[in-house]
Amino acid sequence: MKQGAGQASSLEELLAAKEIVVVCGPGGVGKTSIAAALATMASCHMGGRVLVLTVDPARRLAQALGLSSAPGRAQRVPPEAFADAGANPRGELWAEMLSTKQSWDRLVLRHAPDQHTAQRIIDNPLYQNISGRFVQSHDYIAVERLYELHSEGNYDLVVVDTPPTRNAVDFLLAPQRMAEFFSSRLLRLLTVPYRSRLVDVAARPFYYVADRVLGSQFLEDIAEFFILFQTLSDGFVARASEVERLLADRRTSFVVVSTLETVPVREAEAFMAMLPAKRLHLGGVVLNKVLPAYLTEQRLADRAELLCASADALAEELCRPSGPLAGQPAELVGRVLGEVGTNFNNIALVARREAGQRTELASGTPVLASVPELDDDVHDLAGVLHLGHHIWPGGEG
Amino acid sequence: MADLLDRKLLFVTGKGGVGKTTISAGLALMAASRGKRALVCEVDAKGDLAASFEAPPTRFQESQVAPNLWAMSMDSEASLRQYLSLQLRLPRAAGLGVVARMFDFVASAAPGVREIVTVGKLCWEVRERHYDIVVVDAVASGHIVGQLAAPQAINGLVQVGLVRQQTGWMLDILSDPAQTGALIVSTPEEMPVTETIELVGRLRAETTVDLAGVVVNRVLPELFGTREEQVFEALADPGVADVLDRGLEGGSAALLDAARLMVRTRRARAEHMEHLRRGVAEAAGGPVPMLYVPYLFLRSYGMRSTRQVAAALSAELES
Ligand SMILES: Nc1ncnc2c1ncn2[C@@H]1O[C@H](COP(=O)(O)OP(=O)(O)OP(=O)(O)O)[C@@H](O)[C@H]1O
Ligand SMILES: [Mg+2]
Repeated sequence: MKQGAGQASSLEELLAAKEIVVVCGPGGVGKTSIAAALATMASCHMGGRVLVLTVDPARRLAQALGLSSAPGRAQRVPPEAFADAGANPRGELWAEMLSTKQSWDRLVLRHAPDQHTAQRIIDNPLYQNISGRFVQSHDYIAVERLYELHSEGNYDLVVVDTPPTRNAVDFLLAPQRMAEFFSSRLLRLLTVPYRSRLVDVAARPFYYVADRVLGSQFLEDIAEFFILFQTLSDGFVARASEVERLLADRRTSFVVVSTLETVPVREAEAFMAMLPAKRLHLGGVVLNKVLPAYLTEQRLADRAELLCASADALAEELCRPSGPLAGQPAELVGRVLGEVGTNFNNIALVARREAGQRTELASGTPVLASVPELDDDVHDLAGVLHLGHHIWPGGEG
Repeated sequence: MADLLDRKLLFVTGKGGVGKTTISAGLALMAASRGKRALVCEVDAKGDLAASFEAPPTRFQESQVAPNLWAMSMDSEASLRQYLSLQLRLPRAAGLGVVARMFDFVASAAPGVREIVTVGKLCWEVRERHYDIVVVDAVASGHIVGQLAAPQAINGLVQVGLVRQQTGWMLDILSDPAQTGALIVSTPEEMPVTETIELVGRLRAETTVDLAGVVVNRVLPELFGTREEQVFEALADPGVADVLDRGLEGGSAALLDAARLMVRTRRARAEHMEHLRRGVAEAAGGPVPMLYVPYLFLRSYGMRSTRQVAAALSAELES
């Protein structure tokens, strides 16, 4: 059996063969829970040191994994917590919650030419804003931290939960955008000393309009900041390309999580379509909140139609003095039966649409797991394990 | 509740995928059918709005999609051009292409610069009274605060210049609850509920825009009342299954399972809904109008679903 670069046929194989698994996909589909479940399953079944790097998880999940106290540092999920949840892992599970601000500061300190410049950058009022939102800074920070963790080499497997971006694709483009930002012409235009602007004939209209619109003081403020920021340029650009290389490495695999709803599927598809061009390896997709397959059976849809049509007659029969529902008002029973039939038609409609989406999504991509909508939200280690059992081959899934 | 439509400018926001576009389209259609001249504007230009009306792709220049109803999509560059030439009275010749790129760049560092252009265009439509109501299919929860707080941010950062001079009248419109409101769309699920509650707090703390209401979208139907529920439980009796399977030639177990699945899912969502109600009221510091829109079981979405949403919203406004 021939397989595409980096494609594993099962989750087990994938988690065993890779050093980094990047869990990505549209927002709200359960990435954080799935990432936690993957890491937990890997540590339970395969041993070794497994780290899950997560971004802004639901607070209770953070607590369950022991993440509440120290963002920006890895902590081991205590074996007792596993014991309490009735599990006995072969390996160690570690977890870290990403801290954007802290990681940015670290980056600035690393790449600035000297301590003084670093401090001036960090103190600049625009910096706060920058480290919060500029060029998808969460995305960049996530890959940057991943790089750091991987090069420290303390873990056998790192599972990364990617930030809830507006667009899953942003995550992939972050290192490139960061590099482009530093080499852009506009950055140069803004940061040339004020005097020499007057002689740059080509750029004169730019300054004219910019001054009138935004006022020259504001432009000066921005320019000052960028001049400082530019001192980080070389370090950033070099680092960004190393980070990109790590993402494209064969030891790294991308797992896309999606539900089968219209908007997430559309986004997941756009994301997957981008991977080959960037030479990134798609491990497969994990489908979440999937409706049970029986709902799409035509045979049952026919039965449901029949039930709607014959609800009253069946109710009469059930409510006969010798029937199983003797004594119940037939009219009420008929209404309930009719409702059961209509409900089936309704859910079947959704299930079929989702099955169609699934076929599309799964063309050329292995579906590694497909998880039903669980009744409880995943908010503690037992919940993570429960989800894990649905994902893991031979589990409930 | 009916005063929702008395506002001139409504920003419809919420987590990605919850139904912002669907609700914006339905709301605008309802306003139009009540005789208001309505404009609906898609800010993220994905084309979903046009699909809601089964209309050709929307552009920056608005086009009519139904009686009394016009649709447009935001285009920050086109908006910037209009802004510069109409409001700032800059000559069109002054290298607008470069300016647009400059804006883009500066906007990556300075809060509010990009947003002011979008918000400015919408406020301008209100100020010029081109429409009775402008419904904005706005950016998602993560970005809406930045957009609505743009005028203050600009005021804080930019001391002089034409942009600064423009913020005053925009703030007047945005801060007036009689004119402007935000409508958050949510679904009764964990993440959208959490995001909605957070957003209510942030809107209140960081912007001057009034919260006009919360739309709970995709509410699952309640299959059974209490008495029906008892009957439904009695259907689990094996004797019942025999009768049903004979009548239907099999399959009754699966049909009942599907009903149980719906009851269970709805029950889980009812908890999220309760959490939403409490969380929103708490974060807003008082009661907030809630509008419920049912899950629409349709094969595809277009004018028909938009009409159904409009009808559902209309019924909610009357209640
Ligand atoms: N009440 C409803 N019942 C059933 N389906 C719905 C309902 N409302 C919206 N949908 C469907 O959900 C999907 C997302 O809706 P919509 O495009 O309006 O969301 P959005 O919030 O605008 O998304 P985005 O964040 O991508 O702009 C669409 O397929 C839409 O048809
Ligand atoms: Mg939309």
